[in-house]
Amino acid sequence: MTYLTMFYLFFRIGLVGFGGGLAMLPLIFQGVQEFGFMSRQEFSDLVALSQITPGPVAVNAATYVGFHYAGVPGAVVATLGIALPSFIIMLVVARLVTRYQHTLGVKGIFAGIRPVTAGLIAAAAIMLAETALFNHPVFSRNFLEDPVAAINVIPAAIFGVSFLLISKLKISPTFIILGMGVIGAFICG
Amino acid sequence: MLPFIQKMVVDRNKWLEEEEMVNCIAIAQSLPGVLAINTATYVGNRKAGFPGALAATLGVILPSFIIIILLVMLLGTIGPNPYVDGAFVGIKAAASGLILYSAIRLGSLVVKGWFPWVLTIGSFVAVAAFNVSAIWAIALGAFLGILYALFRKRREAKK
Repeated sequence: MTYLTMFYLFFRIGLVGFGGGLAMLPLIFQGVQEFGFMSRQEFSDLVALSQITPGPVAVNAATYVGFHYAGVPGAVVATLGIALPSFIIMLVVARLVTRYQHTLGVKGIFAGIRPVTAGLIAAAAIMLAETALFNHPVFSRNFLEDPVAAINVIPAAIFGVSFLLISKLKISPTFIILGMGVIGAFICG
Repeated sequence: MLPFIQKMVVDRNKWLEEEEMVNCIAIAQSLPGVLAINTATYVGNRKAGFPGALAATLGVILPSFIIIILLVMLLGTIGPNPYVDGAFVGIKAAASGLILYSAIRLGSLVVKGWFPWVLTIGSFVAVAAFNVSAIWAIALGAFLGILYALFRKRREAKK
Protein backbone atom coordinates (compact mmCIF):
# COMPACT_ATOMS: atom_id res chain seq x y z
CA MET A 1 0.00 0.00 0.00
CA THR A 2 2.81 2.38 0.89
CA TYR A 3 4.51 1.61 -2.41
CA LEU A 4 1.34 2.31 -4.34
CA THR A 5 0.76 5.64 -2.57
CA MET A 6 4.36 6.64 -3.14
CA PHE A 7 4.15 5.73 -6.83
CA TYR A 8 0.88 7.65 -7.19
CA LEU A 9 2.31 10.73 -5.45
CA PHE A 10 5.36 10.99 -7.70
CA PHE A 11 3.52 9.94 -10.87
CA ARG A 12 1.07 12.78 -10.23
CA ILE A 13 3.92 15.26 -9.73
CA GLY A 14 5.54 14.16 -12.99
CA LEU A 15 2.23 14.49 -14.81
CA VAL A 16 1.39 18.06 -13.79
CA GLY A 17 4.90 19.38 -13.13
CA PHE A 18 5.29 22.11 -15.73
CA GLY A 19 8.22 24.49 -15.88
CA GLY A 20 11.16 22.44 -14.60
CA GLY A 21 12.49 21.31 -11.22
CA LEU A 22 12.15 24.52 -9.23
CA ALA A 23 8.51 24.98 -10.20
CA MET A 24 7.96 21.34 -9.18
CA LEU A 25 9.22 21.95 -5.63
CA PRO A 26 5.90 23.23 -4.22
CA LEU A 27 4.18 20.14 -5.67
CA ILE A 28 6.69 17.89 -3.92
CA PHE A 29 6.60 19.93 -0.67
CA GLN A 30 2.81 19.67 -0.53
CA GLY A 31 2.73 16.06 -1.72
CA VAL A 32 5.08 14.59 0.87
CA GLN A 33 3.16 16.43 3.59
CA GLU A 34 -0.27 15.44 2.30
CA PHE A 35 0.65 11.75 2.38
CA GLY A 36 2.59 12.10 5.62
CA PHE A 37 5.89 10.89 4.18
CA MET A 38 7.91 13.74 5.57
CA SER A 39 7.69 17.09 7.31
CA ARG A 40 8.50 20.34 5.55
CA GLN A 41 11.67 20.62 7.66
CA GLU A 42 12.93 17.16 6.66
CA PHE A 43 12.11 17.79 3.03
CA SER A 44 14.02 21.06 3.04
CA ASP A 45 17.17 19.03 3.89
CA LEU A 46 16.62 17.19 0.62
CA VAL A 47 16.32 20.43 -1.30
CA ALA A 48 19.64 21.48 0.25
CA LEU A 49 21.22 18.14 -0.75
CA SER A 50 19.87 18.55 -4.28
CA GLN A 51 21.67 21.86 -4.57
CA ILE A 52 25.06 20.27 -3.99
CA THR A 53 24.52 17.14 -6.10
CA PRO A 54 24.16 16.96 -9.88
CA GLY A 55 21.00 15.62 -11.46
CA PRO A 56 17.36 16.67 -11.70
CA VAL A 57 15.94 17.85 -8.37
CA ALA A 58 12.68 15.93 -8.89
CA VAL A 59 14.56 12.63 -9.35
CA ASN A 60 16.69 13.41 -6.29
CA ALA A 61 13.53 14.09 -4.30
CA ALA A 62 11.80 10.89 -5.40
CA THR A 63 14.86 8.76 -4.60
CA TYR A 64 15.31 10.49 -1.24
CA VAL A 65 11.70 10.16 -0.10
CA GLY A 66 11.44 6.58 -1.35
CA PHE A 67 14.69 5.49 0.28
CA HIS A 68 14.01 7.35 3.52
CA TYR A 69 10.62 5.71 3.85
CA ALA A 70 11.02 2.22 2.38
CA GLY A 71 14.67 1.51 1.53
CA VAL A 72 15.96 0.66 -1.95
CA PRO A 73 12.63 -0.83 -3.19
CA GLY A 74 10.89 2.40 -2.13
CA ALA A 75 13.50 4.46 -3.95
CA VAL A 76 12.95 2.41 -7.12
CA VAL A 77 9.16 2.75 -6.96
CA ALA A 78 9.19 6.51 -6.29
CA THR A 79 11.81 7.19 -8.99
CA LEU A 80 9.84 5.14 -11.54
CA GLY A 81 6.79 7.16 -10.54
CA ILE A 82 8.43 10.50 -11.31
CA ALA A 83 10.11 9.29 -14.53
CA LEU A 84 7.20 7.45 -16.18
CA PRO A 85 5.04 10.50 -17.05
CA SER A 86 8.00 12.19 -18.79
CA PHE A 87 8.71 9.02 -20.70
CA ILE A 88 5.13 8.46 -21.85
CA ILE A 89 4.47 12.12 -22.58
CA MET A 90 7.55 12.49 -24.76
CA LEU A 91 6.80 9.30 -26.71
CA VAL A 92 3.08 9.93 -27.21
CA VAL A 93 1.97 13.49 -26.47
CA ALA A 94 4.97 15.31 -27.95
CA ARG A 95 3.84 14.37 -31.47
CA LEU A 96 0.34 15.75 -30.84
CA VAL A 97 1.68 18.96 -29.34
CA THR A 98 3.94 19.54 -32.34
CA ARG A 99 0.91 19.16 -34.60
CA TYR A 100 -1.41 21.42 -32.60
CA GLN A 101 1.07 23.90 -31.13
CA HIS A 102 -0.27 26.80 -33.19
CA THR A 103 -3.91 26.29 -32.25
CA LEU A 104 -5.61 28.76 -29.96
CA GLY A 105 -6.21 26.18 -27.22
CA VAL A 106 -2.63 24.93 -26.90
CA LYS A 107 -1.20 28.44 -27.10
CA GLY A 108 -3.68 29.60 -24.45
CA ILE A 109 -2.76 26.73 -22.10
CA PHE A 110 0.95 27.54 -22.30
CA ALA A 111 0.32 31.28 -21.95
CA GLY A 112 -1.62 30.56 -18.75
CA ILE A 113 0.78 28.05 -17.23
CA ARG A 114 4.04 29.97 -17.78
CA PRO A 115 3.23 32.86 -15.40
CA VAL A 116 1.93 30.34 -12.83
CA THR A 117 5.30 28.56 -12.85
CA ALA A 118 7.01 31.88 -12.00
CA GLY A 119 4.66 32.20 -9.00
CA LEU A 120 5.36 28.58 -8.00
CA ILE A 121 9.14 29.12 -8.06
CA ALA A 122 8.70 32.15 -5.79
CA ALA A 123 6.54 29.97 -3.50
CA ALA A 124 9.33 27.36 -3.46
CA ALA A 125 11.78 30.04 -2.32
CA ILE A 126 9.45 30.98 0.57
CA MET A 127 8.80 27.35 1.56
CA LEU A 128 12.55 26.72 1.77
CA ALA A 129 13.29 30.06 3.47
CA GLU A 130 10.68 29.30 6.15
CA THR A 131 12.67 26.32 7.38
CA ALA A 132 16.03 28.11 7.41
CA LEU A 133 15.46 31.81 7.97
CA PHE A 134 12.45 32.11 10.23
CA ASN A 135 11.13 30.69 13.48
CA HIS A 136 7.54 30.75 12.25
CA PRO A 137 5.88 30.24 8.85
CA VAL A 138 5.97 33.55 6.94
CA PHE A 139 2.21 33.78 6.52
CA SER A 140 1.30 33.11 10.16
CA ARG A 141 0.05 35.39 12.91
CA ASN A 142 3.16 34.91 15.04
CA PHE A 143 5.32 36.04 12.17
CA LEU A 144 3.21 38.96 10.99
CA GLU A 145 2.83 40.37 14.52
CA ASP A 146 6.55 40.56 15.16
CA PRO A 147 8.54 39.78 12.01
CA VAL A 148 11.85 41.02 13.36
CA ALA A 149 11.84 38.64 16.33
CA ALA A 150 11.02 35.68 14.05
CA ILE A 151 14.07 36.14 11.81
CA ASN A 152 17.25 34.15 12.38
CA VAL A 153 19.92 36.77 11.76
CA ILE A 154 22.82 34.73 10.34
CA PRO A 155 20.79 32.69 7.81
CA ALA A 156 18.94 35.86 6.79
CA ALA A 157 22.28 37.56 6.12
CA ILE A 158 23.45 34.54 4.09
CA PHE A 159 20.17 34.71 2.14
CA GLY A 160 20.64 38.40 1.35
CA VAL A 161 24.31 38.09 0.42
CA SER A 162 23.59 35.08 -1.84
CA PHE A 163 20.85 37.00 -3.62
CA LEU A 164 23.20 39.94 -4.24
CA LEU A 165 26.06 37.68 -5.36
CA ILE A 166 23.93 36.07 -8.06
CA SER A 167 21.88 39.08 -9.15
CA LYS A 168 24.58 41.76 -9.15
CA LEU A 169 27.88 39.90 -9.50
CA LYS A 170 26.58 36.87 -11.51
CA ILE A 171 28.69 34.47 -9.45
CA SER A 172 28.15 30.77 -10.24
CA PRO A 173 25.31 29.24 -8.17
CA THR A 174 27.40 26.15 -7.32
CA PHE A 175 30.15 28.34 -5.92
CA ILE A 176 27.70 30.39 -3.83
CA ILE A 177 26.01 27.27 -2.43
CA LEU A 178 29.29 25.57 -1.49
CA GLY A 179 30.74 28.77 -0.01
CA MET A 180 27.66 29.42 2.10
CA GLY A 181 27.67 25.78 3.23
CA VAL A 182 31.22 26.18 4.56
CA ILE A 183 30.37 29.53 6.20
CA GLY A 184 27.25 27.98 7.76
CA ALA A 185 29.27 25.06 9.12
CA PHE A 186 31.69 27.36 10.91
CA ILE A 187 29.32 30.07 12.15
CA CYS A 188 26.27 27.99 13.01
CA GLY A 189 28.15 24.78 13.87
CA MET B 1 22.31 20.70 -17.42
CA LEU B 2 20.73 21.52 -20.81
CA PRO B 3 23.82 23.15 -22.37
CA PHE B 4 25.75 20.02 -21.42
CA ILE B 5 23.16 17.70 -23.00
CA GLN B 6 23.11 19.87 -26.10
CA LYS B 7 26.88 19.70 -26.44
CA MET B 8 27.00 15.91 -26.04
CA VAL B 9 24.11 15.24 -28.44
CA VAL B 10 24.91 17.73 -31.19
CA ASP B 11 28.67 18.34 -31.16
CA ARG B 12 30.21 15.22 -29.68
CA ASN B 13 27.99 12.40 -30.91
CA LYS B 14 26.14 14.05 -33.81
CA TRP B 15 22.88 12.29 -32.90
CA LEU B 16 20.73 15.28 -33.85
CA GLU B 17 21.16 18.41 -35.96
CA GLU B 18 21.46 21.66 -34.01
CA GLU B 19 18.04 22.82 -35.21
CA GLU B 20 16.21 19.67 -34.17
CA MET B 21 17.91 19.80 -30.76
CA VAL B 22 16.66 23.35 -30.20
CA ASN B 23 13.20 22.18 -31.23
CA CYS B 24 13.45 19.19 -28.88
CA ILE B 25 14.36 21.40 -25.93
CA ALA B 26 11.45 23.73 -26.70
CA ILE B 27 9.01 20.79 -26.65
CA ALA B 28 10.61 19.30 -23.52
CA GLN B 29 10.28 22.63 -21.72
CA SER B 30 6.68 23.24 -22.65
CA LEU B 31 5.48 19.78 -21.57
CA PRO B 32 5.21 18.61 -17.96
CA GLY B 33 7.74 16.23 -16.41
CA VAL B 34 11.41 16.19 -15.53
CA LEU B 35 13.20 18.28 -18.14
CA ALA B 36 16.31 16.10 -18.38
CA ILE B 37 14.19 12.94 -18.76
CA ASN B 38 11.96 14.59 -21.37
CA THR B 39 15.04 15.52 -23.40
CA ALA B 40 16.70 12.11 -22.95
CA THR B 41 13.53 10.26 -24.01
CA TYR B 42 13.16 12.41 -27.11
CA VAL B 43 16.78 12.03 -28.22
CA GLY B 44 16.87 8.29 -27.46
CA ASN B 45 13.61 7.64 -29.31
CA ARG B 46 14.66 9.72 -32.29
CA LYS B 47 17.98 7.94 -32.64
CA ALA B 48 17.14 4.34 -31.71
CA GLY B 49 13.40 3.97 -31.14
CA PHE B 50 11.86 2.63 -27.93
CA PRO B 51 14.99 0.81 -26.66
CA GLY B 52 16.97 4.01 -27.24
CA ALA B 53 14.44 6.04 -25.25
CA LEU B 54 14.61 3.51 -22.43
CA ALA B 55 18.42 3.46 -22.35
CA ALA B 56 18.72 7.26 -22.42
CA THR B 57 16.14 7.68 -19.65
CA LEU B 58 17.80 5.12 -17.39
CA GLY B 59 21.12 6.83 -18.09
CA VAL B 60 19.87 10.20 -16.92
CA ILE B 61 18.17 8.79 -13.78
CA LEU B 62 20.77 6.37 -12.42
CA PRO B 63 23.51 8.82 -11.32
CA SER B 64 21.04 10.83 -9.21
CA PHE B 65 19.56 7.64 -7.82
CA ILE B 66 22.92 6.23 -6.71
CA ILE B 67 24.37 9.53 -5.44
CA ILE B 68 21.33 10.34 -3.28
CA ILE B 69 21.21 6.86 -1.71
CA LEU B 70 24.95 6.97 -0.94
CA LEU B 71 24.67 10.48 0.54
CA VAL B 72 21.73 9.56 2.76
CA MET B 73 23.64 6.50 4.00
CA LEU B 74 26.76 8.62 4.60
CA LEU B 75 24.82 11.24 6.56
CA GLY B 76 23.20 8.44 8.56
CA THR B 77 26.64 7.09 9.48
CA ILE B 78 27.91 10.51 10.56
CA GLY B 79 24.85 11.01 12.76
CA PRO B 80 23.88 14.33 14.38
CA ASN B 81 26.75 16.76 14.00
CA PRO B 82 26.71 20.54 14.59
CA TYR B 83 28.96 21.28 11.59
CA VAL B 84 26.77 19.28 9.22
CA ASP B 85 23.66 20.99 10.61
CA GLY B 86 25.34 24.38 10.21
CA ALA B 87 26.29 23.61 6.62
CA PHE B 88 22.67 22.66 5.90
CA VAL B 89 21.46 25.96 7.37
CA GLY B 90 23.93 27.88 5.18
CA ILE B 91 23.03 25.92 2.04
CA LYS B 92 19.28 26.33 2.61
CA ALA B 93 19.57 30.06 3.20
CA ALA B 94 21.74 30.49 0.08
CA ALA B 95 19.44 28.24 -2.01
CA SER B 96 16.38 30.30 -0.98
CA GLY B 97 18.11 33.42 -2.29
CA LEU B 98 19.09 31.73 -5.55
CA ILE B 99 15.59 30.31 -6.10
CA LEU B 100 14.03 33.71 -5.43
CA TYR B 101 16.37 35.15 -8.06
CA SER B 102 15.26 32.46 -10.56
CA ALA B 103 11.61 33.37 -9.92
CA ILE B 104 12.32 37.07 -10.50
CA ARG B 105 14.31 36.37 -13.67
CA LEU B 106 11.62 34.08 -15.11
CA GLY B 107 8.97 36.58 -14.07
CA SER B 108 10.70 39.43 -15.88
CA LEU B 109 10.74 37.28 -19.04
CA VAL B 110 7.16 36.00 -19.08
CA VAL B 111 5.19 38.53 -17.05
CA LYS B 112 4.14 41.17 -19.56
CA GLY B 113 0.72 42.78 -19.30
CA TRP B 114 -1.94 42.49 -16.59
CA PHE B 115 -3.03 38.91 -17.30
CA PRO B 116 0.28 37.15 -16.50
CA TRP B 117 0.77 39.47 -13.51
CA VAL B 118 -2.52 38.33 -12.01
CA LEU B 119 -1.59 34.67 -12.57
CA THR B 120 1.94 34.98 -11.11
CA ILE B 121 0.92 36.94 -8.01
CA GLY B 122 -2.28 34.92 -7.62
CA SER B 123 -0.55 31.54 -7.75
CA PHE B 124 2.24 32.71 -5.43
CA VAL B 125 -0.16 34.00 -2.76
CA ALA B 126 -2.51 31.02 -3.07
CA VAL B 127 0.26 28.42 -2.72
CA ALA B 128 2.67 30.18 -0.32
CA ALA B 129 0.15 31.88 1.99
CA PHE B 130 -2.97 29.71 1.81
CA ASN B 131 -1.34 26.36 0.99
CA VAL B 132 -3.66 25.87 -1.99
CA SER B 133 -2.55 22.79 -3.92
CA ALA B 134 -0.08 23.72 -6.66
CA ILE B 135 -1.96 21.28 -8.91
CA TRP B 136 -5.03 23.54 -8.75
CA ALA B 137 -2.92 26.61 -9.47
CA ILE B 138 -1.54 24.97 -12.62
CA ALA B 139 -4.97 23.68 -13.76
CA LEU B 140 -6.59 27.06 -13.19
CA GLY B 141 -3.73 28.79 -15.05
CA ALA B 142 -4.30 26.52 -18.07
CA PHE B 143 -8.06 27.11 -17.97
CA LEU B 144 -7.75 30.89 -17.64
CA GLY B 145 -5.13 30.86 -20.40
CA ILE B 146 -7.67 29.33 -22.82
CA LEU B 147 -10.40 31.79 -21.74
CA TYR B 148 -8.05 34.74 -22.18
CA ALA B 149 -6.97 33.53 -25.64
CA LEU B 150 -10.64 33.23 -26.68
CA PHE B 151 -11.45 36.64 -25.21
CA ARG B 152 -8.61 38.30 -27.11
CA LYS B 153 -9.54 36.62 -30.36
CA ARG B 154 -13.11 37.84 -29.99
CA ARG B 155 -12.03 41.39 -29.24
CA GLU B 156 -9.73 41.41 -32.26
CA ALA B 157 -12.52 40.05 -34.47
CA LYS B 158 -14.77 42.94 -33.40
CA LYS B 159 -12.19 45.54 -34.42
